Amino acid sequence: MEVSTSPLSDKDRIFTNLYGFQPWNLDAARKRGDWDNTKKLLEAGPDAIIDTIKNSGLRGRGGAGFPTGMKWSFMPKEPKPGRPNFLVINADESEPGSCKDREIIRHDPHKLIEGALVAGFAMRARAAYIYIRGEFIYEAKVLFAAVEEAYAAGLLGKNAAGSGYDFDVFVHRGAGAYICGEETAMLESLEGKKGQPRLKPPFPAGAGLYGCPTTVNNVESIAVGPTILRRGADWFKSFGRENNVGTKLFQISGHVNTPCVVEESMGISFKELIEKHAGGIRGGWDNLLAVIPGGSSVPMVPAAQIMDAPMDFDGLKALGSGLGTAAVIVMDKSTDIVRAISRLSYFYKHESCGQCTPCREGTGWMWRMMERLRTGDAEISEIDMLQQVTKQVEGHTICALGDAAAWPIQGLIRHFRPEIERRINEAHGAAHQEAAE
Amino acid sequence: MPKVTVDGIEIEVPAGSTVLQACEAAGKEIPRFCYHERLSIAGNCRMCLVEVAPGPPKPQASCALPAMEGQTIRTDSPMVKAAREGVMEFLLINHPLDCPICDQGGECDLQDQSVAYGRGSSRYDENKRAVTEKYMGPIVKTVMTRCIQCTRCVRFAEEVAGVEEIGAIYRGENMQITSYLERAVTSELSGNVVDLCPVGALTSKPYAFEARPWELTKTPGIDVMDAMGTNVRFDSRGRQLLRIVPRINEDVNEEWAHDKTRHAVDGLTARRLDRPFVRKNGKLEAASWEDAFKAVAAAAKKAGGSVTAVAGDMVDCETMFAARELVTALGGSMLEGRQTGLAYDTSSLSAVNFNTGIANIEKADVILLVGSDLRREAPLVNARVLKAIRKRGAKVFAIGPETDLTYKVENLGASLKTLTKLPKAVADAFKNAARPAIIVGGGALRYEGAHGAALALAEKYKLVRELEDGSTWNGFNVLHFAASRMGGLMLGYAFAGGIRALAVEKPKLGFFLGADEVNYDLFADTFKVYVGHHGDAGAHAADVILPAAAYTEKAGTYVNLEGRVQRGERAVFPPGDAREDWAIFRALSDVVGKKLPFDNLEQLRTKMAAAVPALGVEGLADYGWVVPKLDAKPEGDVADYPIKDFYLTNAICRASATMQRCSAELVHGETFAEAAE
Repeated sequence: MEVSTSPLSDKDRIFTNLYGFQPWNLDAARKRGDWDNTKKLLEAGPDAIIDTIKNSGLRGRGGAGFPTGMKWSFMPKEPKPGRPNFLVINADESEPGSCKDREIIRHDPHKLIEGALVAGFAMRARAAYIYIRGEFIYEAKVLFAAVEEAYAAGLLGKNAAGSGYDFDVFVHRGAGAYICGEETAMLESLEGKKGQPRLKPPFPAGAGLYGCPTTVNNVESIAVGPTILRRGADWFKSFGRENNVGTKLFQISGHVNTPCVVEESMGISFKELIEKHAGGIRGGWDNLLAVIPGGSSVPMVPAAQIMDAPMDFDGLKALGSGLGTAAVIVMDKSTDIVRAISRLSYFYKHESCGQCTPCREGTGWMWRMMERLRTGDAEISEIDMLQQVTKQVEGHTICALGDAAAWPIQGLIRHFRPEIERRINEAHGAAHQEAAE
Repeated sequence: MPKVTVDGIEIEVPAGSTVLQACEAAGKEIPRFCYHERLSIAGNCRMCLVEVAPGPPKPQASCALPAMEGQTIRTDSPMVKAAREGVMEFLLINHPLDCPICDQGGECDLQDQSVAYGRGSSRYDENKRAVTEKYMGPIVKTVMTRCIQCTRCVRFAEEVAGVEEIGAIYRGENMQITSYLERAVTSELSGNVVDLCPVGALTSKPYAFEARPWELTKTPGIDVMDAMGTNVRFDSRGRQLLRIVPRINEDVNEEWAHDKTRHAVDGLTARRLDRPFVRKNGKLEAASWEDAFKAVAAAAKKAGGSVTAVAGDMVDCETMFAARELVTALGGSMLEGRQTGLAYDTSSLSAVNFNTGIANIEKADVILLVGSDLRREAPLVNARVLKAIRKRGAKVFAIGPETDLTYKVENLGASLKTLTKLPKAVADAFKNAARPAIIVGGGALRYEGAHGAALALAEKYKLVRELEDGSTWNGFNVLHFAASRMGGLMLGYAFAGGIRALAVEKPKLGFFLGADEVNYDLFADTFKVYVGHHGDAGAHAADVILPAAAYTEKAGTYVNLEGRVQRGERAVFPPGDAREDWAIFRALSDVVGKKLPFDNLEQLRTKMAAAVPALGVEGLADYGWVVPKLDAKPEGDVADYPIKDFYLTNAICRASATMQRCSAELVHGETFAEAAE
């Protein structure tokens, strides 16, 4: 198998209207190749579709990187009467730094809708629910219109796309809660309840939406499906490294010269990614301080370690971080790094659902301590205490939000402890001086 | 039966157990706040974390984790200890340390567990969170700053009480538990959230700042507010009864009690009859026991055998037995307990019993309610029916006016004729049911033919049948709502034709045992002796009042609606000159010259057991299954249900300020301004 980490050529891009240079509507989408004989894709049968996705090596694009094909194969092959399978598509993109699903939905919604039909057919789902983030007002409008177009064109509904399969797509707007991006909290929210994660097991594939077997997938995972089927698993596998294959939307923000969302092959090195697409680091490579490579929930990586790291699941895991949603947040040396992490702590404190104790009580405590560390109004011993508190939260909660709140702080203490100590000593020095005067 | 190892102890646990249950079976205590045996699993407090192998390398919530073959569970490892300390610390950082002024002090899970599993001191230096109080009605006092968000109250309201009126709003550390729009919780079972709350966030409003748990003397008793026979504990200090809380009895009340059971307590110290009265020149005047007895003796002499006893709803079997013995000794035989005029046939007690049993009704798959407002007549039976619906998908049909039972009921209209010919859908449901049941309430029993038609229906659909496991299922139920009813029927307190027929006999002397629901106009010519404890309707009509003991002030035997014989003990003494009822009859018997053959309660109980053997044994009485031949052609509609105001059904509630307030607010919709604290 030929594996390449070289920059992606235009002909191999899946998202051909990522920047909205063409209209999003059905006619334009068809010209780009979407909805091109979808019937034929489906004729291969559900199991063949799942096999192709499995072979393609596609790993979930929402952050955890679970093999998508395998996830689909967990769904019951023969749904019981009165207990249909459901596909839920997670478009509640709220991770600080992430902005890829938004681009897909507003510029290329038909990729997602066609993907929903294909994936839904493969997992024998009766319907797909697209849970779209509440703040995405324009995007939701586009998506509603696109779904309507698809219905009008006979691509959804009874005998979807002429395949003989009945499939519905419902768009549901969230109300602005980060936690509803957690898959089981999303199901609760869809059911009309307070968005709080459920205990697992049972997993959604066993008992999900309304107690029926459900698969929750990220927008990007679903949207790439039809293209993989059309161009073949081997094509998709030809990008990236073993076990980290395919193309991926990277979202580069922060202190780069031209922040952007760009589709690249997995495993591209950080330096190449930035140089090629983001116009380099503001003030040159020597000015790079640290990078959060996968959205706010993953620990930061200091400049020296990230430079040549391959941007994929395993490459970043080896650095004690993760690919997450591939939301690359770049920070140069002008960054107040403690304040930056403190701001993330505030975010998690604000978004904790309040269901389980460690996260509910811990996120607030951590944020308050971070704020004091920011100004140096603390004791050196409190750094260790903060580290202990993050450990008391991590791994003790129902969902991963507790971990996500703990990791940025742990990353900060791991890599920037001297900076924190400096602030404390400085503040103490100032206080002593004041007292002496 | 999976086999697991808990801290080196190998143990086999029933299939479907959780790791927490396995640990308990192995004798290991697992701290918890949100987990409760009778509620769904929330897994949110994270206090019950244990180490489980195989599994992820982090502590697991044992309450939600199924026990699996070959698991190795550790509850004493450093990881578990650290996890518990961590969670405990988090719970305490925002919990006020106001134990000295908190009513939960001394019976607080958080207090106990922080001593057992917490750190010695706090590392939290920031400001604590404060939460505004919420209004949850006249029973539940809230101090929401103390809340630890375990959501037991939320789950109770939804799953047991059936009212979705408590929930959480906001998120993260701002999450607050509140009632719907901060209105009173309308459930009859609302007081149970006070027991469920593991901290002092929800406490009892009427009991606020009354006593500390260690000051209380605890006496087991039986509740008389309805016919459930709820097992309760009387908590008293000195001569005063301070509160009533439920005891666990899986067969009867599980661990619940409704608000009337708990909070009619203050009615026991108001409007009490604490000395004898004799009517002179049309006015009741205080008298000595001697004079009162003389007045009764004089009337007894004139009565010449025309003597009756009418039992009220709350009297114990001993009282009814003593009264019956005296009436018999005086040559009378007229006994009645159905004060409001019900006259159903009592030739077979099994035909007027709740045969399915309270615990078993939750196994029913189809239930037909006939003229029964279950929620007001027996809230805890109603909770069981809700359980049958939630757990087993039971279908419930009803004949009678529409009423809110907290769950979905298919109403078949009010016409009793429906009983003789069920609509096809209902008939099919009954035919296909494995455990069908019918519940006949007081709303239907007063109509001629309804009882017979219900029995005929029981025959037709074979409500009495053998189940696959060999046990017998009896799906025919009559629902009573007077604590004295089944005991009274066993003691013969039923006059053919009911109380109206009895009144036609114009008895010359009548003993009215706490009977306050009787239409005393019927007894204008009777010399009325009221033996009871409250100055209510009976006392107003009486010619002589003999002050007696309330149910907390005497040891008594009660038979609940399913025929379960239970005994309660005496918690406190009756006030003033009031005496225990049986002793009054014994003393009176001396004065009228018909000395009764017992000198203490034990002797009385021996005699009672000799007369009615079932009353001598605690437990379910066996009535067999005998179907009497009755008129089975009912006419007309069920007009209404007997209980109009749940909170004011007897003399004790009517004297209780708390119950009056509940009635005004929850039944009549009056609003009360809350005094600022």
